[in-house]
Amino acid sequence: MTNPLLSVRNLQTSFYTRDGEVKAVDNISFDLEPGETLGIVGESGSGKSVTSLSIMGLIPTPPGKIKGGQVLFGGQDLLQITDEQMRKIRGKRVAMIFQDPMTSLNPFLRISRQITEISELHLNLTSKQSRTRAIEMLELVGIPDAPNRIDSYPHQFSGGMRQRVMIAMALSCDPQLLIADEPTTALDVTIQAQILELIKDLKARLGTSVILITHDLGVVAGMTDRLGVMYAGRMIEYGPTDTVFAHPAHPYTQGLLRSVPDPYEEVEELYQIPGLPPDLSALPPGCPFGPRCPEVVAKCQTQPEFVSVGTDHKSACWLNAVSTVQERKEIERD
Amino acid sequence: MQTPVEPAIDVKVDSFELVEGTSLWKDAWRRLLKNKLAVASAIVLSIVLVAVIIGPLISPYTYDQTNPDAVYMPPSAAHWFGTDQLGRDILVRTLVGGRISLLVGAVASIVSLVIGVSYGAISGYIGGKTDEVMMRIVDILYSLPDIFLIIVLLAFFSKDLIILFAMLGAISWLTMARIVRGQVLSLKNREFVEAARSIGVSTPQIIFRHLVPNALGPVIVYTTLTIPSVMLTEAFLSFLGLGVQPPLSSWGTLVQEGVGAISVYPWHLIFPGTMMAGTLFCLNFLGDGLRDALDPQSRAD
Repeated sequence: MTNPLLSVRNLQTSFYTRDGEVKAVDNISFDLEPGETLGIVGESGSGKSVTSLSIMGLIPTPPGKIKGGQVLFGGQDLLQITDEQMRKIRGKRVAMIFQDPMTSLNPFLRISRQITEISELHLNLTSKQSRTRAIEMLELVGIPDAPNRIDSYPHQFSGGMRQRVMIAMALSCDPQLLIADEPTTALDVTIQAQILELIKDLKARLGTSVILITHDLGVVAGMTDRLGVMYAGRMIEYGPTDTVFAHPAHPYTQGLLRSVPDPYEEVEELYQIPGLPPDLSALPPGCPFGPRCPEVVAKCQTQPEFVSVGTDHKSACWLNAVSTVQERKEIERD
Repeated sequence: MQTPVEPAIDVKVDSFELVEGTSLWKDAWRRLLKNKLAVASAIVLSIVLVAVIIGPLISPYTYDQTNPDAVYMPPSAAHWFGTDQLGRDILVRTLVGGRISLLVGAVASIVSLVIGVSYGAISGYIGGKTDEVMMRIVDILYSLPDIFLIIVLLAFFSKDLIILFAMLGAISWLTMARIVRGQVLSLKNREFVEAARSIGVSTPQIIFRHLVPNALGPVIVYTTLTIPSVMLTEAFLSFLGLGVQPPLSSWGTLVQEGVGAISVYPWHLIFPGTMMAGTLFCLNFLGDGLRDALDPQSRAD
């Protein structure tokens, strides 16, 4: 933990809707070292994407608002700088790839125009240089016949190819951080594997740090160094991926891992976490997972702290603080 | 900057066709060419355009050249469309009138393209209070009785062509602004806009490079429908004697002059009237054709 590339401190992002304030991201913190990959997992609506949009400064305001916290990127708080400064960072030092490659390219512009836009914007290249650069990038992401394909329109590419184009765009200014917001959700499984392999490979070659947002635990296991688990806008477990998989500390993480089908085990019915994710505009007091938690105790009426449970491993559950039967009885009584 | 040359992984071809790239524009163009009525209209319009531009230049007559010896001459080899009460050649007056009428249409469409598109796109993209204020301004302008206003202004100041052009321009962009705003509202939440923002594209560039091209279909269609309606307004005002002043002619004034002589000298009305009606027809057919070509889903068949 010497000098993290990205350090998110107590980030709070809310949306103000007709039903009141929705705390989409509530007080989350994490660090990302240079060259590392952080996975963020969680159900739909748990605040994964809002976290990444907050880092990029892309929260639509109104109705959204970043209420507090810090996003330290290379020592600079991205929440304090002007829009103009932020625009220089976006695309150049932090880049993002989106969930659906079918809709994230402008259907009316040629691929060449869309890729060269970013390098002309940030690298001050001439149009000829940026075109050369764009072809290089397309070759890098494995688009065959790139010099000819570059002048195509998005609808002439398949989904997987478009996601490659998006990756080429995102990486063309050598960003230090790449945020991949469910990059493979809209793709079929074989293409998914190719794209993940590509991200992994490029990350190793270019030394980019990656935040990988997904709800696929299988993806996380193979790709990431660290893992953050989000639930109802909070980070409830955070630690090295191997540790979290081997010793999940939070009942929610345990539940998630149990609901992954194991090909070597025959079960009648796959485990599922009971209940539904809570309504963020009307959260119960205390632990947000309490109502669904199989191990809920009286103490869960109050909000648990996000505490260390091992080396680099943190979790937000009262049970973590318990090591003896005596202590457990105490929290059950509370 | 790193310049990696070899592909990161084996090239695995998902799917790609080796067809020459067809853009949405090319598709639309192909569909337009299939529409015989639209193609015929386009041809007629180009002939009219060429005729009004070079016709007066090569004609032996000028639009204000009177000839007391050839008053109310019927069509003949010397005067194809005949002459009027002052012996002026109606053909050349029709062509010069066409210049004015088409110029009115062109000015109005340029104004509505430049002001209307920018105004609507900015209003829609920025949204919030800005949008609210900008659109209320449009509403206010909309609610003014524009024809009365033009008539009052023309009567009050002078029957100057500049004022006529300015007024027609000023009312022509309002609907365009609303159309573009609506388009932008539906486009601005699309992911490609977010993607553009995520690479640091500035707001003006997002509006004019990413959003406006996506809204061009309706814009083009509406423009082709604006031109005839503005031309009609000009003809109407000229007919009332408020627009183009003699000796200069426009289709409106020619028709007005012709109406007075209709029972005795019908050519005085028929030629300019047909010219005007034909041009308006063609513009409407072309507009329809463009709408079908640019938005194939809206086609009735």
